[in-house]
Amino acid sequence: MELFWYIVLMTMLAVYVILDGYDFGAGIIHLFFAKKEKDKKAITNAIGPFWDANEVWLIASGGVLFFAFPTLYASSFSGFYLPLMMILWLLIFRAIGLELRGQVHNKIWESIWDKAFGISSLLLALFFGVALGNVVRGVNLGGVVNGVSTHEAHYFFLPLWNPTFSPQAEQLGIIDWFTLLLGIIGVVALTIHGANWIIFKTNSDLNEKLKKVVFNLNIVLLLLVIVSLLVWHIIEPKPFHNFLDKPLLWIFPIITFTGLFGLFKVRAFKKHGLGFLFSSLFLFGGLTSTVASIFPKVLPSTNSINPDLTLYNVAAHEYGLSVGVYWFAIAIVLVGIYMVIQYKVFKGKMDNVGYGEH
Amino acid sequence: MEDMLFYDRMQFAFTITFHYLFPQLTMGLSLMIVYFKWKFLRSKIEKYNDAAKFWMKIFALNFAMGVVTGIPMEFQFGTNWAKFSELTGGIIGQTLAMEGMFSFFLESSFLGLFLFGEKLLGHKLHFITGFLVFLGSWASGYLIIATHSWMQYPVGYEILENGKFVLTNFGALFSNPWLLPSYLHNQAASLVTSSFVVAAIGAFYLLNNKHHDFGKLFVKTGVVFGLISSLLVAFPTGDLAAKNVVKYQPVTFAAMEGIFETEEGGSEIVLIGQPNVLEKKLDNKIAVPNILSFLTYQKWDAQIKGLNEFDEKDYPTNIPGLYYAYHIMVGLGTIFIGLMLLASIQLFRKKLYKTKWILWSLMFMLPFPYIANTTGWYTAELGRQPWLVYNLLHTAKGASPTVSSGNTLFTLLGFIGLYLLLGLLFLMLAGKIINKGPQLNQH
Repeated sequence: MELFWYIVLMTMLAVYVILDGYDFGAGIIHLFFAKKEKDKKAITNAIGPFWDANEVWLIASGGVLFFAFPTLYASSFSGFYLPLMMILWLLIFRAIGLELRGQVHNKIWESIWDKAFGISSLLLALFFGVALGNVVRGVNLGGVVNGVSTHEAHYFFLPLWNPTFSPQAEQLGIIDWFTLLLGIIGVVALTIHGANWIIFKTNSDLNEKLKKVVFNLNIVLLLLVIVSLLVWHIIEPKPFHNFLDKPLLWIFPIITFTGLFGLFKVRAFKKHGLGFLFSSLFLFGGLTSTVASIFPKVLPSTNSINPDLTLYNVAAHEYGLSVGVYWFAIAIVLVGIYMVIQYKVFKGKMDNVGYGEH
Repeated sequence: MEDMLFYDRMQFAFTITFHYLFPQLTMGLSLMIVYFKWKFLRSKIEKYNDAAKFWMKIFALNFAMGVVTGIPMEFQFGTNWAKFSELTGGIIGQTLAMEGMFSFFLESSFLGLFLFGEKLLGHKLHFITGFLVFLGSWASGYLIIATHSWMQYPVGYEILENGKFVLTNFGALFSNPWLLPSYLHNQAASLVTSSFVVAAIGAFYLLNNKHHDFGKLFVKTGVVFGLISSLLVAFPTGDLAAKNVVKYQPVTFAAMEGIFETEEGGSEIVLIGQPNVLEKKLDNKIAVPNILSFLTYQKWDAQIKGLNEFDEKDYPTNIPGLYYAYHIMVGLGTIFIGLMLLASIQLFRKKLYKTKWILWSLMFMLPFPYIANTTGWYTAELGRQPWLVYNLLHTAKGASPTVSSGNTLFTLLGFIGLYLLLGLLFLMLAGKIINKGPQLNQH
């Protein structure tokens, strides 16, 4: 039952990253590449009717984490207190940037909310990458100082950084050079993903330029992925042991690289949705490969005193997990229906939706 | 340690108070928009569709504020109340996860269609998307109050040796006797807010001699919905909710009503008076004998336990706060019924639109349903303190063990700053929409 909910949770998170990922990416494109009012309109039209529903995947994933793995929810949310609060603030800024921009027609007003939307999208992409980095790197569970736990074995607290920015320090911070590397990968990957969404859903003049951007950023992404694989052993001495033990798991890295190499063909794609498909594959594969590499750990311990958190020692009781399957099955079918309706109504190009016009 | 708990509580109280200003309007307003749209479909009179469109703008703004301030609520269970989440997550996580899966997806998927899809969908389908948004928001309220009810009156659980609460009966979460009265009370109160807002904006237009037709429509609709919902808040929903408190939290009831001593011949109802907890009395009290006994048990001489019958360690933490919250709510609720009755009589006599003092009262009444709703929630929450899970889990034992008071104060200040900005922007934009008013024949 724990494994079932683990797969559900990871799938939901992957869906979240793919869906809200294109929103963040569109925000980054908006920040750096959309100069003309027409281009900005095209971008907000392409995400306007969707972003709110996309964000629900984060809230729903949080809900599933809370109910199926309450100990992990409690430990990680209190331990990652500061970055989570900042993510909340950024989500608020991003949402009001999007929603309020069109309410007043004034140049200063519009440029303030354009920047709020763009910059918070950029920082959110960075933070989510850093968050993934923190999970795989592990944390000092129990807050061990000089071989003695200062908290219960499954609690911890991380400041934003420690002065050394080293992922191997005894007292870790949220941001070190390893988590920052994953953060930058997040920004580059989501920028590509957002560009692909805009190409897919609009007839904007930007599209030709964005194809070049995707191609060039994809080279950067490939290099960053190689660098991260080369340094991965620093946080995990045997980084690929899960893949050697269970060859079936190779499916995830294969998906990742299919997405990554597929994107190099972006300029030749006849169908506008193909680029989006490949960047979705990359994001899905990248996230699943990363969590598969530490499976069954969900939050590793960096000290030898307190044990890792695994999906088995953080789960809720059996009865609750079983009864949840019934309502979840009904709910997920409904969610599928809503999504089909939503994307059917807003199918094709969305340049004329009129989002944010009042 | 004490500081830490204080800031954790302040942050939750501040963020939830601010958050709930928006859903209390949108839950009721969604029903009223569906009503306008339904009237349009039946009568084909454009005015109703234009009214629905106008309120959808207000709705969209409020909904966006509700969403962005709602996400921090779910996060805070884990960030600030980690111990509580760890111990009870297997139970309250169920209802909270269900809220995300059943109502947020429904609301958010159809909100986009509702706001941008009128041309694409046609009026009938557009009406249905509106109805689904309404359904989603009311389902959300239901699941939140199911969670709240479990904290007030825990059911269907077992406590393990390690202190963890384990769910043993899923159905019990929904057959909880606390749930239905609280839910109906809350939804009726949400309709009070939306009715008063609709009526107040209508009165504003009439007094201003602007948008005359819409002014009349809004005042009339607001007054009719307002009278029904104000009555429903008091009876039967408020009555049933209060009876639950008497039955399951008698010490809370005594503190709420300000009864320090049991009265043998039946309890009086306190209208005015400041609780003096040290001397166990009310200063300059005005009270009506025997009414409380009658309201509670329908017997003039029924005995109601005063605070003197309970151990002091079982007292609610903040007796004066609880007493005021409750009395403000009840006092305002009574005024709402009175005003809406008068307005309804004038409406029936076809004189309402010319009765200036009622229009002025309706307009100035706008903030008060928000205060009544907020103090109503304070009554429920302060009434439960010092417990997170009534009689089972102490609030002090639920806070996050590793988050220092300095970090919580930092984020609390951040929230205060950010929400002040949000509040200002909201008022400015709502003012702009209201001042511009409904647009005729926008097609």
